[in-house]
Amino acid sequence: MASAKVGPVAMDERGAARDRVISAIQRQGALIALVLLVVFGVARYGTTFYSQYNIFDAFLNNNTFYALTALGMTFVIISGGIDLSVGSVAVFAAVTAARLSVYGLAPALVGAVLAGIFAGLINGWLIARFALQPFVVTLAMLLAARGAGLTLSNNAPVMVDFAKGFTQLGMIHLGPVPLPVLITAVLYGLGMLLLNRTRFGRHVLAIGGNEEAARLAGIPVARTLVVVYAMSGALAGLAGAFLAALSFSGSPTGAIGWELSAIAAVVVGGTLLTGGIGSVGSTLIGVLLLGLIFVTLNFERGQGTFQLNSFWENFIRGAFLLIVVVFQSRLAKRGNAAN
Amino acid sequence: MKRVDVPALIRAYGAFIALAALILYNSIFTRNFLSIGAFNANLTQAATIVIVAVGMTFVIATGGIDLSVGSLMAIAGSLAPLFLLDAYQFGTPVVGLALAIIAPLVATTLCGAFNGVLVTRIGLQPIIATLVLYLGGRGIAQLIVNGELREFRNLGSPLVPALEFLGLGQVLGVRFQIIVMLVVVVLAAWVLRATTFGRYVLATGGNSSAARLAGVPVNQVKMAVYCLSGFLAGLAGLIVVAINRSSDPHRVGEYMELDAIAAVAVGGTPLSGGRATIMGTLVGALIIQLLRFTLIANNVQDGITRMVIAAAIIIAVLAQRQRVT
Amino acid sequence: MNDLAPQPESPAPLLLMEGIAKAFPGVVALDGAALEIAPGEVHAIIGQNGAGKSTLMKILNGVYRRDAGSIVLDGRAVDFRDPQEAQSAGVSTIYQEINLVPFRSVAENIFMGREPRRWGLLDRERMNRDAAAILARLGVHVDVRRPLGTLNIAMQQMVAIARALSTDAKIVVMDEPTSSLDDREVEVLFEVIRGLKANGIAVIYISHRLDELYAVCDRVTVMRDGKTIDHRAVNGVSKLELVARMLGKEIGEVRRSGATGFRHQGARVAGEVLIEATGLQGEALDGASVSVRAGEIVGLAGLLGSGRTEVARALFGADAADGDLRVKGKPVRCSSPRDAIKAGLGLCVEDRKADGIIPYMSVRENLTLAALPALARRGIVDTTEQRKIVDRFIARLGIKTSDPEQAIRELSGGNQQKVLLGRWLCLDPSLLLLDEPTRGIDVGAKAEIQELIDELADEGLGVLMISSELEEIIEGADRVVVLREGRTVAEFDAVDVSQDVVMHAMAHGENHEPATTVAG
Repeated sequence: MASAKVGPVAMDERGAARDRVISAIQRQGALIALVLLVVFGVARYGTTFYSQYNIFDAFLNNNTFYALTALGMTFVIISGGIDLSVGSVAVFAAVTAARLSVYGLAPALVGAVLAGIFAGLINGWLIARFALQPFVVTLAMLLAARGAGLTLSNNAPVMVDFAKGFTQLGMIHLGPVPLPVLITAVLYGLGMLLLNRTRFGRHVLAIGGNEEAARLAGIPVARTLVVVYAMSGALAGLAGAFLAALSFSGSPTGAIGWELSAIAAVVVGGTLLTGGIGSVGSTLIGVLLLGLIFVTLNFERGQGTFQLNSFWENFIRGAFLLIVVVFQSRLAKRGNAAN
Repeated sequence: MKRVDVPALIRAYGAFIALAALILYNSIFTRNFLSIGAFNANLTQAATIVIVAVGMTFVIATGGIDLSVGSLMAIAGSLAPLFLLDAYQFGTPVVGLALAIIAPLVATTLCGAFNGVLVTRIGLQPIIATLVLYLGGRGIAQLIVNGELREFRNLGSPLVPALEFLGLGQVLGVRFQIIVMLVVVVLAAWVLRATTFGRYVLATGGNSSAARLAGVPVNQVKMAVYCLSGFLAGLAGLIVVAINRSSDPHRVGEYMELDAIAAVAVGGTPLSGGRATIMGTLVGALIIQLLRFTLIANNVQDGITRMVIAAAIIIAVLAQRQRVT
Repeated sequence: MNDLAPQPESPAPLLLMEGIAKAFPGVVALDGAALEIAPGEVHAIIGQNGAGKSTLMKILNGVYRRDAGSIVLDGRAVDFRDPQEAQSAGVSTIYQEINLVPFRSVAENIFMGREPRRWGLLDRERMNRDAAAILARLGVHVDVRRPLGTLNIAMQQMVAIARALSTDAKIVVMDEPTSSLDDREVEVLFEVIRGLKANGIAVIYISHRLDELYAVCDRVTVMRDGKTIDHRAVNGVSKLELVARMLGKEIGEVRRSGATGFRHQGARVAGEVLIEATGLQGEALDGASVSVRAGEIVGLAGLLGSGRTEVARALFGADAADGDLRVKGKPVRCSSPRDAIKAGLGLCVEDRKADGIIPYMSVRENLTLAALPALARRGIVDTTEQRKIVDRFIARLGIKTSDPEQAIRELSGGNQQKVLLGRWLCLDPSLLLLDEPTRGIDVGAKAEIQELIDELADEGLGVLMISSELEEIIEGADRVVVLREGRTVAEFDAVDVSQDVVMHAMAHGENHEPATTVAG
């Protein structure tokens, strides 16, 4: 069969094979990198690398903030939008949680999430109702939520109330698993179910793929978008509550650069920044991959291989974002040319 | 009978009315508002917004957006002191001073070129292309100075005051950056009105496909506006560190992208591209500054001020929104 | 006339729209439009661009709200607020540009907005099964889990039709469904339409191709200027009569004067070869060749997708293409429009709104956009000179504008086209590439533009004119080049060629010598 091929056909086949390899790398690249990094870590650092404390408390627990904001960001980006306000909203929620911690764990937690939903609803309403560009609206919310955090905290960090159990949020373990990690894991499971197995999820994908077509197909576009931004707000709010519980205070100046962490994790995982294609699982891989890169750098610093300060983190995230975005646009162009 | 199109009137003159209202309010209720001091202070604050917003106006006129301006200001601000560490770092202090001014401007212009390459060659949407430096650029600034705030008084070069002149100097009683601002505004308005380049900018934003078919070098035009935006952001960054007499990579240019976009939108340039007004942008920036001044002068908390400004930005963008047909 | 009056009213029309009016800011789109559809009929709506066909359909399917009038569907007065309501009432629309989501699977696109659920979760198995069953009814067998974007356009259209079927439609609206299909695919589509009819589903069929009406439609409604002019059975009405009704002319008038403003065909002496392209390769191009001489109009004919537009864009350097290209005998590489303009070429595009006008710029700036390098000294535009040129061309081309500073988007289509012609003419070009120069332009301005093209060729300009209106090609061009599937398949002397011969070449691609002899 192969011998019968004439020139152009054979070339097409080669091209197709290359395309398959490229698309496999695109789809599974982050996962492959993650696996390689784990193997490298285990081989080089031995048991300290995979000790129970290091995995659950040092690594997973400290990445729950990014994981939660990235989960909300996944839905926003798939819908064709962007949410630049997650860091500020988290701060507003953290201050809210700290203020409410005198009433106990549940009121503080619920209050923080409601604060996030409130901000998200405003974002979603302005974007869906008035067709404003998401970056403008969420950039303004970035400013407003930071302002709300400053006002609510009287411009100074608010200490949480230790007596009423709010700090338990960061201390309770189920077996080896800290509560925030458990909650995050459950939410990722729900997120996957929501995106893949419900109408809402499919509608988010359809809106990101072709908003006009979605509208003509009778999908409630505005309502779906409002829910998407409210979800992003809610998850940023929850992340803010965790931040307050783990740092014992709601600081109006915290959570700088969270939007970068979230967007980078979503995009590195393989979700298209222009919308319409993406998955919750890939975002989880993106979060873990970026988190593990910094763990590895820390280990290397510990072994004295090189001196790197923490400012490299943002640089590395930005570089990853750039590479993946450029790579994605190349693939999109190739896809268009093929049609 | 001709019907009066109220929304169109608001779009056309709303910015001037708002500015007049703010000036009137402050003239009556704010003490010393009509003094030279307050005048200088407000224009000084507005100058950096205006300079950045002029670059943003050009970018938006081509149908793009530049989210990276604040981060580029931080990069310029963190680079400048590196050339003034001591008197004989570069042989003579004069070379150091020249480098302290030129190197940051070259660097941010190159960052603008990087944005332009992502938009024109790689074909990224402007929001995504400039998001990279918006998010990562401040990281670069922090890396340059190891995240430390750098005080000018700790620098060894005898020409540090010359750099500070950018932000603190006066010419005939007028603060230097106000003159810079006016020069930038007049030049930009002239370029947009009188030159081929200005028309190419508007044609590119109005319909880039049609412009290309009419022989407009669309990609070069886009490259040019992102470079211009980078250059002006660098200039504004230098002015800010000169005013502060220190360079803080975390703070320099913070929220500037928002102020600049707001100034453009408030001034009457639609975010959809193809139309632009530099004078409008000047008025828009003055409104943003006066709004902030009014709130502070009335002892409104910083947090509330931010929320009010955010709301003002949304209202301005809403007013500029194109009717969807 | 009375013997051609509408058929006796069927007892209960499926759809009755009466007195429909709709105005947009500055434009009255519909004013007294009416439509009556019987159950299970295929009903054509024809009219020129801007006659109000699309607006009427968008009112029917809930995209727009009407200002006045009544809609009765199946005996009930209805008032759809959005496409979803129309859909659930049994009105389904297939748009000209396939409005689906390319990333999502075939099945998801078919059920978008109405995904089947079980226990509140998506029932993907049922969705795939049902989608495959509906497609099978259309005779289409395709893996419904594939992303829609990986299918070809004809297949995507089948998916759109399957989507309409899945909604239990009573009426399916098809807006220019054949514009991107080839003959074979059109035949399949007609089969599908006949199948829908057999199942008692009514079809509203909008098309510019009158021949298609006779193939599938039962009745036809003619619209003009937002009004319904006429409706009657397709059998027994001639094509010429329909054209006359659409244009608002008497039949005799159309027959006497021809349909176009061209007069000078064949009377010119062609000069030197201005451009000669051979073996053009590129997107939708597969070896096309064409040449144009000074002082001649070359008509470029071909079906949609034959590569007509692509040839013009390749000559102009707008798209990357390979092949041998010579301007005045010298080999050149036009790698960008800028180079082509310097070489003396100009291109008037097919879609003025998308690729021609800069909407918010003034008539003055639009007209001189390409001439700016010549008008500027060190990058500063000489506005005095600019005004002089603009005034001259406004007078010469008869552009109707209140003021050269008026934004071009406020002008009518015909005047916009004149400004765009002026954009090239002020550069004193040697060759104009005109892609559908009179499309979407009202009758009066159309004739003016055609006369202008005639005059320009008389003055020695070379013109390559693309048109899907065969009259324009046959009456206007001195020479006709026919393209099919990206190749040049025939070339005729236009003076003695008939529409039938050209159409035959467009459809079958045969360059038989008999073609020219038949005409003689």
